[in-house]
Amino acid sequence: MRAADVLPVGTPRVALRAEKVWKSYDSGAIRVLNGVDFAAVAGQTLALCGPSGCGKSTLLHLLGGLDEPDRGTIAVNGVELGRYRSRLALLRHEVGFVFQLHNLIPDLTLEENCLIPTVAAGTDRRAARERLRQLTSLTGLEHRLGHKIQKLSGGERQRTALCRALMHRPKILLADEPTGSLDEQTSGTVFQLLLDLTADEGLTLVMATHDRALAGRCDRLVEMRDGRIHEPDGR
Amino acid sequence: MILLKPVFVKLILTNLGRHRIRSVISVAGIAFSVAAMLTIVTVLQGAVGMFSGILSSDSEIIVFERNVSDLFFSSVPAGAAAGIASWPMVRHADPVLFGIVSSADHPIITCFGVTPADARIRKATWIAGNPTSFARHAEDIALGERAAEFLSAKLGDEVQIGHGSFHVIGILRTTNGFEDGGVFMPLDAAQRFFHKEGSSSVVTVKLADKDEAAAFKNMVKAKYPSLIALEDDEFSRTYSQFKILKATAWAVGGCGLLLGGLGVANTMIMSVFTRIREIAILRVNGFSNGQIAAMIFGESAVVSLFGAGVGLVIGAVFLYALKFIPALHGYVDATIEPAVVGIAIALALLTGVAGALDPAAYAMRIRAVEALRFE
Repeated sequence: MRAADVLPVGTPRVALRAEKVWKSYDSGAIRVLNGVDFAAVAGQTLALCGPSGCGKSTLLHLLGGLDEPDRGTIAVNGVELGRYRSRLALLRHEVGFVFQLHNLIPDLTLEENCLIPTVAAGTDRRAARERLRQLTSLTGLEHRLGHKIQKLSGGERQRTALCRALMHRPKILLADEPTGSLDEQTSGTVFQLLLDLTADEGLTLVMATHDRALAGRCDRLVEMRDGRIHEPDGR
Repeated sequence: MILLKPVFVKLILTNLGRHRIRSVISVAGIAFSVAAMLTIVTVLQGAVGMFSGILSSDSEIIVFERNVSDLFFSSVPAGAAAGIASWPMVRHADPVLFGIVSSADHPIITCFGVTPADARIRKATWIAGNPTSFARHAEDIALGERAAEFLSAKLGDEVQIGHGSFHVIGILRTTNGFEDGGVFMPLDAAQRFFHKEGSSSVVTVKLADKDEAAAFKNMVKAKYPSLIALEDDEFSRTYSQFKILKATAWAVGGCGLLLGGLGVANTMIMSVFTRIREIAILRVNGFSNGQIAAMIFGESAVVSLFGAGVGLVIGAVFLYALKFIPALHGYVDATIEPAVVGIAIALALLTGVAGALDPAAYAMRIRAVEALRFE
């Protein structure tokens, strides 16, 4: 642990930290993040807003260990991410992802899709099924367990994706436009569920969204422009 | 162990089910390769076994000319054969001359020049004629049952064999395809016919006591340095013609499997390309490189093992059917050795795994972030 992470009693713990993070694609031709400094406090819900291409998704991917920065450091719960092993451990234990497209495997059932993270992590089967029962009960999907993904509605698919993201009891939930493909009513329902589950489980939520109304319901709103962070409301 | 997780198994099987025709073609590729390997190896091993059977008829040691690549070129002097037969440790020693003859419509007929005391004559079932009449006259021959059939010869007939005309004094039945399709001549007559007066191809020896085999071999080496004595098993293992035949069988079968393996490789490459997004989803959910690779190898193993199973059944049915083809009667020994089955399965699995190496390596390199954008 570094000196900067040793905080006085009562100081909120930083769950996610990005320091001077740069990222570009096509051998530097497309610069996406230009020295981003960012921190998310544990238990906080945080909305990343900004126009398309401003780097929201890229930042989420870096924070979740799906990609590596060109320069700069990412730390999760005070531990700096290294290369393959620590990023794999992060995905298995610390972080859950929800995407705009549900990214479920269509030939598997809801139950099987949700069990995937537990298969990867080698979780005990009984414990995994207990967790699945708990999450599907909370999301109202318990009657859909044996159904294939094609048989589910858009809202159900996104709720399934939410269940899967939480199966391995992550401490951080990263959501990339989680309601972006849903109609307004379903979007509101799924987002409320997301907030409720985040609160129940004491998670840190970082969500990339275009939807200002949804972003306004988060603890904190962070604006991104041209690969940099701006905090408009100072919350 | 992730391979035992039902969801993981389903991930493997689901992909095979998604592309049924492709999976069936891959399984068929392996199956036909395994069937071909099983058939070729079994038939050739059967042929080798039959030839060994000819040599080991009521004997356990074979004496032949040292350093010849083919027994048809071996020459054992009659003096040596007689000398060996006179040794106290020898119960009997039978000189045999091999030759290839031809007749109208039959370019290759195996000819055995033997003495009347030879076990091939004594122990065969004579379905016409009598073993006591064998070798009374130089022009007398006995025919194997199948040879009599394809030469359309009966007892007492004159048949044209090569440049000579012979009198059929017997028709005999053996369990060996080569003998059944062969011509038995008196040794003297065969020596003259093949211009090998005073020699035989081999001498097959039965010892009074099997334990004296080593002493017998040493005596042959000492008294007849130009000859070599080998026990039957030893001969089957070392005879270069057998080795060539066996190697050819495995090589042909191996080539078949290689083709089957290329089919699996193609299937697995397509499999990885069509599930790039799925692999990315698994990565996001914590699948390691090893787990991704295990999924790809698991898929190829299922194809290979299923193909091997189907191939073994096809091969066994084919071998069984071969036994009933009249022209092959006695030539095909359809006994499938467990070792051949084991090797065929192992090679199929190895081929499948080898075919999945590159696709698995590709799958491990898939980056989730880029692949999730893949449609």
